[in-house]
Amino acid sequence: MNILAPIGRVFLAFLAQTGALTRFMISAVTSCVRPPIYWGLIGQQMIRIGYFSLPVVGLTAFFTGGALALQIYVGSNRFGVESVVPNIVVLGITRELGPVIAGLMVAGRVAAAIAAEIGTMRVTEQIDALTTLSTNPIKYLVVPRLIAAVVTLPVLVIVADAIGVFGGYVVATESLGLNGPIYLKNTVDFVTHDDVISGVIKIAVFGFIIALLGCYNGFHSKGGAQGVGAATTYAVVSSSILILAANYFLTSILFGN
Amino acid sequence: MAAQGTPKIELRGVKKRFGDKVVLDGVDLKIGAAESLVVIGGSGTGKSVMIKCVLGILRADEGKIFVDGEEVTRIGGRAREAMLKKFGMLFQGAALFDSLPVWENVAFGLIQGHGMNRRKAHDVAIEKLASVGLGPEVAMLSPSELSGGMQKRVGLARAIAADPQIIFFDEPTTGLDPIMADVINDLIVSTVKNLGVTTLSITHDMASARKISNRIAMLYKGKIIWDGPTADIDNSGNPYVDQFIHGRAVGPIKMEVRG
Repeated sequence: MNILAPIGRVFLAFLAQTGALTRFMISAVTSCVRPPIYWGLIGQQMIRIGYFSLPVVGLTAFFTGGALALQIYVGSNRFGVESVVPNIVVLGITRELGPVIAGLMVAGRVAAAIAAEIGTMRVTEQIDALTTLSTNPIKYLVVPRLIAAVVTLPVLVIVADAIGVFGGYVVATESLGLNGPIYLKNTVDFVTHDDVISGVIKIAVFGFIIALLGCYNGFHSKGGAQGVGAATTYAVVSSSILILAANYFLTSILFGN
Repeated sequence: MAAQGTPKIELRGVKKRFGDKVVLDGVDLKIGAAESLVVIGGSGTGKSVMIKCVLGILRADEGKIFVDGEEVTRIGGRAREAMLKKFGMLFQGAALFDSLPVWENVAFGLIQGHGMNRRKAHDVAIEKLASVGLGPEVAMLSPSELSGGMQKRVGLARAIAADPQIIFFDEPTTGLDPIMADVINDLIVSTVKNLGVTTLSITHDMASARKISNRIAMLYKGKIIWDGPTADIDNSGNPYVDQFIHGRAVGPIKMEVRG
């Protein structure tokens, strides 16, 4: 019996967390459509979440595209079909690596920042202060971050796609000796709207996950500095795991039969 | 203003527990209009929980809470926001928004809660800052650039900015040096006098409690165990109150190291 007790406790705690997160999500989503909407804060968050993530996401996309081109070249070289390099690079970047890498980088950057900021506001009673000033903290803090993440990350991923493809192009032409114009032509001919749009849908979902878990963990942080630290860790770890899990299911929905 | 006889705030049998720990165990308390009540009690006796229940930041498990005779125990959303417009609150750590400059902190309730335009709210904020002894030069500073005492003043200016009828003070002097504590006490007294508001304060600083109240209640083990005029506090005849106000380690109150 003693062996079962901790298992049961962990299971119950997991259910309680899931329930609390679901309630938080419902209240956040319903608040998105009810006035007041803080447009100024949404704009501010769009800059912080989307624009300031551009350098990090751009750099990682560039190197990922380069590494991808290198790997595919090595593989395809064995069969003498190096011409598929641009096709596979653009497919891999737009459908999979662009959104996933961008999602994970933004999870590390933004989910952590959101959880730390809101967590500090929680432990210093700033969230209670919002309530006493007749301001709904969900509308004031959560909704702007949620909307900003869902709206700006798709734009970010399109830029990341372009940079990733460019990374592949640079490596393929400069180091692998492929023909530049043909590489570009193959890329453009091969990629379809659906490839790009599938990535955009994915990153919009990832953006929702990142902002929601950042806010949720911040809102529920307890204690002092240590509690905020723990909330930040939970936010990054849980959003990263959920992004990868959601990526699998989205891929199977979008591309499965 | 409520009619004479209707208490501004009333708590009836309010209970609140966290897990197995009972924090409030049937609190009964009435606060009349324009009265200044201080609730004293040791750390962890549930003073903060009590005021958070009134404000609706925490929800009471049992019992009823009335503001101006209207029950507010379970209201939420818009009704709660409307009720909170009657309130101002000074938090223990001031709880200023560090993302906003001082003036916007003071004007926050006016802009967000009351929909006042920013220019006008700015002028009101400067005026309220002046009334707590701060010049317009601090208006553009960030709260993190201020000392603890100045943060408390800004917190007080924010609490009074929207001309509330009721102000709550959570440990107004905690963490301040004795002189600054007295300055804040004087500010509270003069503010309350000028505005004619009802106040509920919680503190364990007896010097502050004597100065800012006309009535004192003591919370112990989740219940109000003594309630009377401030002038009677030294002759309460209650051994718990005596031990507390004289700060004796020996007496009926045993310090629970672990709750």
